Amino acid sequence: MSDVYVLGVDMIKFGRFPDRTVPDLGAEAALLALDDAGLNIGNMEAFYCGNLGQANAMVGQRILQEIGQTGIPVVNCSNACATGATAFREAWTSIKAGLYDVVLAVGVEQMGTGLLGGSGSGSGIPKEGLLGSGTMPAVFAEAGMEHARQYGTTFEQFAKISVKNHHHSTMNPKARYQIETPLDEVMNAEMISYPNTKLMCSVNVDGAAAAVLVSEKKAKELGMQRAVRIKASVMTSDPYQERDLVMPDVNSCTRKAASEAYEMAGLDSSDVDLVELHDCFATAEMLHYENLGLCDDGEAGRLIDEGEVELGGRIPVNVSGGLLSKGHPLGATGIANIYEVCTHLRGEAGERQVENAKIGMTHVIGLGSACGIHILEKV
Amino acid sequence: MSLPVVEYLKLPEGGEPYLEGHKCSECGSIFLGERNVCSNCFARDSMQSIKLNNTGKLYSYSIVFRSFPGIEVPYISAIVDLDGGGTVKGNLIDCEPDPDKINFDMPVEVIFDDALGRKDKDGNSYISYFFKQIT
Repeated sequence: MSDVYVLGVDMIKFGRFPDRTVPDLGAEAALLALDDAGLNIGNMEAFYCGNLGQANAMVGQRILQEIGQTGIPVVNCSNACATGATAFREAWTSIKAGLYDVVLAVGVEQMGTGLLGGSGSGSGIPKEGLLGSGTMPAVFAEAGMEHARQYGTTFEQFAKISVKNHHHSTMNPKARYQIETPLDEVMNAEMISYPNTKLMCSVNVDGAAAAVLVSEKKAKELGMQRAVRIKASVMTSDPYQERDLVMPDVNSCTRKAASEAYEMAGLDSSDVDLVELHDCFATAEMLHYENLGLCDDGEAGRLIDEGEVELGGRIPVNVSGGLLSKGHPLGATGIANIYEVCTHLRGEAGERQVENAKIGMTHVIGLGSACGIHILEKV
Repeated sequence: MSLPVVEYLKLPEGGEPYLEGHKCSECGSIFLGERNVCSNCFARDSMQSIKLNNTGKLYSYSIVFRSFPGIEVPYISAIVDLDGGGTVKGNLIDCEPDPDKINFDMPVEVIFDDALGRKDKDGNSYISYFFKQIT
């Protein structure tokens, strides 16, 4: 089977755009990615569109109504925070299957404000604050505290992750924020759900990202200079775990996806030069250092303490600023992190460039759960 | 008369309230809520309802300082492994919302009480369950 390549990829600067629409934001990202590939919508043979907030509203078709209605198949998909990665992977799958040579994938989201999640009311009375909390900051705090229970991980270590990602975002003009947040500021920010303070929660923003994927044949025809090879594309759901029903499991689906991705790519974690992983909360990033095999189990705290995951360190993580500072428009995130890795592999990341980056990994988790991992290689 | 806050809280007539689990007779997995098929071993028609224990140990938690409007904070959202199997989530009460006062694996009991005065649209009151440290 032919390898699949990213030929064009881009994202809009994340922010708040209350006067714009979801299709409008998606259309802007699509045009940016098409321009990056040197193609137009008339060249696309299929289109996979990821969006959560308007999952029943044909967002993909409405994007085409803004940039060109060519009659190609459009599939709209929704898979929690793995939505963008799902759209990208469906595009990959369709080329792998030999159906198409040139496919567009877009992830787009307009976000509301405030807490996500909650232990829904269902019938009867609201359960939030009665049977614990189903808010996302609390759910991921509990997942982090499981790590603390096993390895003694501290509030300060979790907070350092946020310091790092905010620092990285000062070098990313497309991030929502470019603001340093020193450790005391992170730790003294409003406590949302211990141990996650406000600065340790991802930022609700609007955003869109898009990619043009092509077959090997097409990549050779159009020019490989800026193409990025997709070495692995993997999705998993959450395998059975005994605490599943009360404690959504982000670990086992990530471990399963990582191991399958390394195998598909014929690589191991020591080959990876940079990682964009799903730091929806600072506590989550800590877990994924181990889940993705960036260190042994129990070593995640040391990784952040010793700066191994900073730009310039052994394995830089979330040099884009991550969801914590670049922002987390749910459906766009899974393609935005592919944009980030491709930008480094192309040597175009400017001030935040990871030197000599040849292999990069992206990871997202949609709670419920869906995990998407991609390994990308400089051509 | 009060109603149970969730389907797995049982209020037997003339008996003590308890939490109900559904245990797979093939692999021993315990679930909250009725189901036909075991999602661990895929066995069908293997589910048996069991009474879960009223004691357990704190597995993980978060102290919630910001919740939805109208929800009183802070409170401790606790995940408890019950003795004999089954994991449930609820509020840990009568405990200071301070990480220094909360210890992993500390023994807790399940107690049943009014659902913080919350009533549904028809004015019904509810019985909920809570965790309390065993000292």
